Amino acid sequence: MSALLTSAPSLVPSLAPAATTVGNPAINIGIFALFVVVTLAIVIRASRNNRSAAEYYAGGRAFTGRQNGIAIAGDYLSAASFLGIAGAIAINGYDGFLYSIGFLVAWLVALLLVAELLRNVGKYTMADVLSFRLRQRPVRIAAAISTLVVSFFYLLAQMAGAGGLVALLLGIEGALGQRLVIVVVGIIMIFYVIYGGMKGTTWVQIIKAVLLIIGAAIMTVWVLGKFGLNLSSLLGEATTASQDAGGKDLLQPGLQYKNPVDFISLSMALVLGTAGLPHVLMRFYTVPTSREARRSVVWAIWLIGIFYLFTLVLGFGAADLVGAKEIKNAPGGVNSAAPLLAFELGGEILLGIISAVAFATILAVVAGLTITASASLSHDIYNTVVKGGKATPEEEVKVARIAALVLGAIAIVGGIFALGQNIAFLVALAFAIAASANLPTILYSLFWKRFNTRGALWSIYGGLVSAITLIVFSPVVSGKAIDKVTGKSPSMLQGVDFHWFPLDNPGIISIPLGFVLGYIGTVTSKEYNAAKYAEMEVRSLTGHGAETATHH
Amino acid sequence: MSKDAPERVVDDPNVAMQDSPEFAQLRSKFRKFVFPLTALFLAWYFLYVLLSVFAKDFMGTRVIGNVTWGLILGLLQFVSTFTITMVYARWADRVFDPEAEALARKMGGQQ
Repeated sequence: MSALLTSAPSLVPSLAPAATTVGNPAINIGIFALFVVVTLAIVIRASRNNRSAAEYYAGGRAFTGRQNGIAIAGDYLSAASFLGIAGAIAINGYDGFLYSIGFLVAWLVALLLVAELLRNVGKYTMADVLSFRLRQRPVRIAAAISTLVVSFFYLLAQMAGAGGLVALLLGIEGALGQRLVIVVVGIIMIFYVIYGGMKGTTWVQIIKAVLLIIGAAIMTVWVLGKFGLNLSSLLGEATTASQDAGGKDLLQPGLQYKNPVDFISLSMALVLGTAGLPHVLMRFYTVPTSREARRSVVWAIWLIGIFYLFTLVLGFGAADLVGAKEIKNAPGGVNSAAPLLAFELGGEILLGIISAVAFATILAVVAGLTITASASLSHDIYNTVVKGGKATPEEEVKVARIAALVLGAIAIVGGIFALGQNIAFLVALAFAIAASANLPTILYSLFWKRFNTRGALWSIYGGLVSAITLIVFSPVVSGKAIDKVTGKSPSMLQGVDFHWFPLDNPGIISIPLGFVLGYIGTVTSKEYNAAKYAEMEVRSLTGHGAETATHH
Repeated sequence: MSKDAPERVVDDPNVAMQDSPEFAQLRSKFRKFVFPLTALFLAWYFLYVLLSVFAKDFMGTRVIGNVTWGLILGLLQFVSTFTITMVYARWADRVFDPEAEALARKMGGQQ
């Protein structure tokens, strides 16, 4: 193994033994600490009046479309996008690029079918919309469970990214130190959420999005500059480097996904998942009108699209300048492609900046997920189910804060558990669940007159259970062949094999199943609430009766 | 439609609005715009996915230097996404919003 490493042509010198640090940990930590201090100050300033539920959950609905659009980009351009996609492109070339296309095109579903109507109908959570014209209690519980599960998978992905980064940047391979860092990250995040509420979290997202996009832009120009601003020669060099190291032609489809059906399944999950992600949907409540919700999505699509174009360059840049073997062997594995590239380009300082941005990304996205899950626990479960809808806003916010604390603790534990997983991949699973369990009910609820409670429950639980079951018995969890380079199986569990579902992503089965179950459940039940349906439809299209911004 | 038909809610302003021809027109205008557009971009996206899976040789063919058909069509997905976004936003701002707001004003009352 070490012979392989020393013979690789473009080696980062300090990387030779796996546990060694890249760059200067003091710089990395220093830049990150600066980000934390600045954002904490802003969170404290922005969140002086977080008493009311609308303030805490929805930032008073006072953000502009542009601000919210940037925050959405901040939420969406998670560690999975930056670290995971860049890594996937560096290792698997074209197949990695497909992730980013699915993630982007998905926004059109949100823009055309969901964002504005949802903004008009709902109040704080996804369940507000799903249960609007159906029986409150069962539908809210179902929607809350689905919200929690999707957010949990997404959270796991982010924390896995944090762990990988820690390992890479601080050279902490030992479990104790690494866990300590995850604990610190988790505690800062909990503070953002509990103290800052949605307003504070949104500002963290905005700052982070700006930093991330600028950082990626600088690296992109730098990489292109190394290749005479010629995309073709970058692709050529990257492909040659990959082939020289015994890899394949990165421009050929099929490096990551040998099975065509698997590829189609992933693509379905990516394109249909976004509009079912609860933490994305909740962001639409932070603006005052449906027009601003639309403007948010327009901003988000431009920023996200441009960022993914950057990752294309960064991924191929890492393939050439760093090399696939080195990426795979680095602590943090595939996820370390972007930080290693930063080191290769700009040494310790650029690595420090990019890593701090990546850390900030994880922090901000985890905060967004935590506030979504805690809002759902408090607003959907505690208020509606436990208190029968009679909790005061103060009680609700208090419960939401406690929930954020508990969820933060779970995120910390989950992060320790999920170390070393490819995060783009974990996120793809979250998307599959969102597309199977949430999207059918959202669309039926908004567009299908006949839709009713049984349809919603069958669709949510059916989509949820089928997606999770198929994941558990997929090669993702057990039974993948051992990778020759790393000497480990890419599956989550080593040394066991209980998989019977052949695909990595369950989307191709579970998404249609969610839609079909929603249909069958609906047509076999006679329930129909004409008055609530009229209220919902009139409200969704005209905005009459929609929640408005709070004023100070 | 008699007033005592049990499942009809006759006095509800929302139901009255929902049943009105103006609202039916607004709804149909919205759906006639977004549904075909959705079908279009989904079809184009899945065409691209299927080509990547079943026409690997074609997608891997280098066209300009090292730029392959797969990359070109992939970048065109970006272009089409940006275009649809702007087309929809323009339509919604100029055509849909004024009509929706007019109906909301007609409903009057709260907010």
